[in-house]
Amino acid sequence: MSLLEIRDLEVSFNTPDGVVRAVRGLSFDLDRGKTLAIVGESGSGKSVSTQSLTGLSRGAHVTGSATFDGIDLLTADEHQLRGIRGARIGMIFQDPLSSLHPYYRVGWQIVEMIRAHDRSVSKRAARDRAAQLLSMVGIPHAKDRIGDFPHQFSGGMRQRVMIAMAMSVEPDLLIADEPTTALDVTVQAQVLAVMRKLQDEMGTAIILITHDLGVVAEMSDEIVVMYAGQVMERASRRDLFYRHHHPYTEGLLASLPAQGGKGTRLSPIKGTPPSSINPPDRCPFAPRCPYAFDKCWRENPLPRVVFGDPSHQSACWLSTDEATRREERARMVASKLSAEEPA
Amino acid sequence: MIRFLIRRILLGILVLWLITMAVFGLFFVAPNNVARTMAGRQATPQTVELIRERLGLDQPVWKQYLDFIWKALHGNLGYDYYYQLPVTHIMAQALPITLSLALGASVIWLIIGVTNGVLSAVYPRSFIDRGLTAFALFFYSFPSFLLGLVLLYFIYYKLTLSGLRWFPPGGYAPLSQGPGQWALHMILPWLTLALVLAATYTRLTRSSMLDVLGEDYVRTARSKGLSERRVVLRHGLRSALTPVVTQFGIDLGQLIGGVVVTETVFSLPGLGKTVIDAITRQDLPVIVGIVIFASAAVVTANILVDVAYALLDPRVRLH
Ligand SMILES: Nc1ncnc2c1ncn2[C@@H]1O[C@H](COP(=O)(O)OP(=O)(O)O)[C@@H](O)[C@H]1O
Ligand code: SF4
Ligand SMILES: [Mg+2]
Repeated sequence: MSLLEIRDLEVSFNTPDGVVRAVRGLSFDLDRGKTLAIVGESGSGKSVSTQSLTGLSRGAHVTGSATFDGIDLLTADEHQLRGIRGARIGMIFQDPLSSLHPYYRVGWQIVEMIRAHDRSVSKRAARDRAAQLLSMVGIPHAKDRIGDFPHQFSGGMRQRVMIAMAMSVEPDLLIADEPTTALDVTVQAQVLAVMRKLQDEMGTAIILITHDLGVVAEMSDEIVVMYAGQVMERASRRDLFYRHHHPYTEGLLASLPAQGGKGTRLSPIKGTPPSSINPPDRCPFAPRCPYAFDKCWRENPLPRVVFGDPSHQSACWLSTDEATRREERARMVASKLSAEEPA
Repeated sequence: MIRFLIRRILLGILVLWLITMAVFGLFFVAPNNVARTMAGRQATPQTVELIRERLGLDQPVWKQYLDFIWKALHGNLGYDYYYQLPVTHIMAQALPITLSLALGASVIWLIIGVTNGVLSAVYPRSFIDRGLTAFALFFYSFPSFLLGLVLLYFIYYKLTLSGLRWFPPGGYAPLSQGPGQWALHMILPWLTLALVLAATYTRLTRSSMLDVLGEDYVRTARSKGLSERRVVLRHGLRSALTPVVTQFGIDLGQLIGGVVVTETVFSLPGLGKTVIDAITRQDLPVIVGIVIFASAAVVTANILVDVAYALLDPRVRLH
């Protein structure tokens, strides 16, 4: 049995403008010690899908099932969830400055976390542990810095503090929601390395949320690509980078600097994601998809197995046969090139 | 921080000085016939002139002013025109009454306002929120003299008529007569003052708390598995209180200078009622004394608010 099993997760919000369908049918499994990445543009439902698991999405209407180590998270009561939050599922967020309480010393915030889940730990022991954790995540002079406030740390250091806090009670699962997005490029890799180090030491499973495929390439075993609340493609890291099926994945990869082709020119996907209020019954990516054909506008494709590999799924009407799909791609590239020729 | 404080204190002194000039100026610019009034209807011009001399009103204004400042710097605010009592003495008698009123009421309005505000924010748009909002708006739009009269009518007059002589009609009982008597005399004035202000504090706490509960660090607190109570109070309210404390300092500073309406309705001889009486009698030394004290209270409160702000928010403190 996997540590976390998500089946057909749907999350919606009632708003004055109508029902926002933030997540539509998300399924995946995650084993202990493994890393699953959720990738997608902003607004695609990455945060909502993970925060609704532990009841942090207020006002969300959640259906489907989410089983964590045998516990059904979606039917668990508040008391049960509180024991899971922090203790068994830790979380870190995009902006470490706003995610730490500005009025409390970082040591205090870590001690609070440790003692919330184990009252038998003395304040003193918790403080020592906090200092030890801070030095584990690479904060110099951790013992002295425990009494500092969050604003006295740099962005990368703050995110290390968040990691230290989230990992302080050795959770089975760490949900890292865009942990490096707000950081300087130079410190992004360091923060990821710290996460991986603690993961190795504690055997933690990680859900890594990002819109940056570069981050994914660093440290994920499996990848879920989301668009407009739906899963577009789900594959191992290898398959996603080298044998992807979905046109949206293709677009994301084409916008990566390293794959820019001629020179450094990037080609981000044109257009904007659709509104998730009352989505029509069609492929959500159709308005931006270079491959779109009539069926795409009539029916919303469900994820299905592609290339004969059960661990690789794609929600797209294009051929599931690898050779045929490759031919389609070649034709597309050729027609794009000829369209650009006169210019 | 220290330099900032020194600057604020110097500025406060400047403001106080300007206020003494303004009060003096206003008093002498406006037609004043205090000597006439004191001398009585039948008095001869000689008598009036004598009184003017005795009060020092025959001196040029600038001389009176310098004289006043010089004495004030030595802790002497002069003597009232009518009974020749030291103004400091008059104020010392009135101050405990105003303090009783302001501090007692502040406890009530803080408890009601903050509790209601937190409840409203934790259950936004709920029945509780709507009920408390209606409660707040009702008292918010109630003039305090009217509220005072309504309380007097129902709680004093009606009760007393039906034989329940629980509350006195007004007046003040010093603490030396026992805390019971004191509180009994203060309870209607407290409510009059506190209910109106509680409304303001409910709105203020609610909006501040709603902002804070949407903050990322509150989400972090929840994600740590803390109890909702701890999330709301330790993490939410702790930040949401900052604007409340600021407002509280300013309000309290103003009230300590005298609570004119409530003191008048309940015949409490505090600073507010004293200054109103002094104004009707054109008793300049008393007016100036109380106005200076009230201004000093406001100025001090504002400085204390800044200090409190720095103590509350480490980001301010450490800069
Ligand atoms: N509390 C909420 N009420 C209404 N809509 C929400 C709420 N939270 C998120 N959404 C909507 O859900 C969608 C997905 O949001 P989110 O999961 O934050 O995206 P991502 O993390 O992928 O950027 C967005 O369209 C967002 O507007
Ligand atoms: S289903 Fe059609 S529109 Fe959607 S991604 Fe596939 S080809 Fe493009
Ligand atoms: Mg997000």
